[in-house]
Amino acid sequence: MGSESLTTMVAGDSSFMIKTLYTFKLNGVSLNIDTTHVALLLVSVFILIMAIIARVKINKVDASDTPGMFQNAIEIIVEMLGTMVDGIMGKNANKFVNYISTLFLFIIISNISGLFGLRPPTADYGVTLCLGLITFILVQFNGIKKNKIKHFTALFQPIWFLFPINLIGEFAVPLSLSLRLFGNVMSGTVLMGLIYDLLSPFTVAYPAVLHAYFDLFSGCIQAYVFCMLTMVYVNDKIAD
Amino acid sequence: MNISGSEFISAMSAIGAGIAMIAGVGPGVGQGIAAGYGASAVGRNPGAKSDITSTMLLGQAVAETTGLYGFAVAIILMFVKPFGN
Repeated sequence: MGSESLTTMVAGDSSFMIKTLYTFKLNGVSLNIDTTHVALLLVSVFILIMAIIARVKINKVDASDTPGMFQNAIEIIVEMLGTMVDGIMGKNANKFVNYISTLFLFIIISNISGLFGLRPPTADYGVTLCLGLITFILVQFNGIKKNKIKHFTALFQPIWFLFPINLIGEFAVPLSLSLRLFGNVMSGTVLMGLIYDLLSPFTVAYPAVLHAYFDLFSGCIQAYVFCMLTMVYVNDKIAD
Repeated sequence: MNISGSEFISAMSAIGAGIAMIAGVGPGVGQGIAAGYGASAVGRNPGAKSDITSTMLLGQAVAETTGLYGFAVAIILMFVKPFGN
């Protein structure tokens, strides 16, 4: 009856919802292949191919050669990530620079994949929640490894009845991290979807500006923030 | 005019989504204050511009979180429809 309302019309055939592309049955359980899976796979394969190319090229390079264009670009990226991790973590940077760099590259390429016609994988809460949980496990693992039993007694500081609040504070970390990334990317995706679907007769040239803001600027900032906060939380636990 | 139950729920969900987006006011004010202090810090110490900018952006992104909670509620009300169609 009321199913032909604006909401269902927009949500039904718009470009910003997760769509099922293919369903296959396995022992009576149906598994869906969504746009998220495809986009995740493409992003992962892209990063993998770039990494392999970089590896092969750098291996071939002779130290006395003048560095080429590609080598310069790779060096700038690696150096930038190294400085970023070094600035926050200091002497612990060596242990975490690989993970943080991977995280940063994955999130940034996921976020700007909206420019290339994919639905950004980070606009799916399933993806960002996993990233948040990885951070949570990293924080807890390093805290327990460094502080042993003090990691748990710290929950009762400064007074024992603050325990529930401290506990909520620990569990709010993955939730706020994942919701922040999801919310930012999703808001961009929804807005761009609304502009392309509802204002389609007037969509001339100006979406380029919005793409530059929502995909490039917001995507880069959020990737930076996610890595920064991960480092800050981990460093909180392992600092002397 | 007869309004069916599902239409009423849809309408109320839309109103609820609109009300949830009032949460966007707080982060707007907070980010503006952060940007203002960032600008004054750059004015006092132009040499530290890049440090100030990255600190400001980090703080703003954290301040944005509460607004995004409101946004998540609005999105859930509009598209996930937890109260039925």
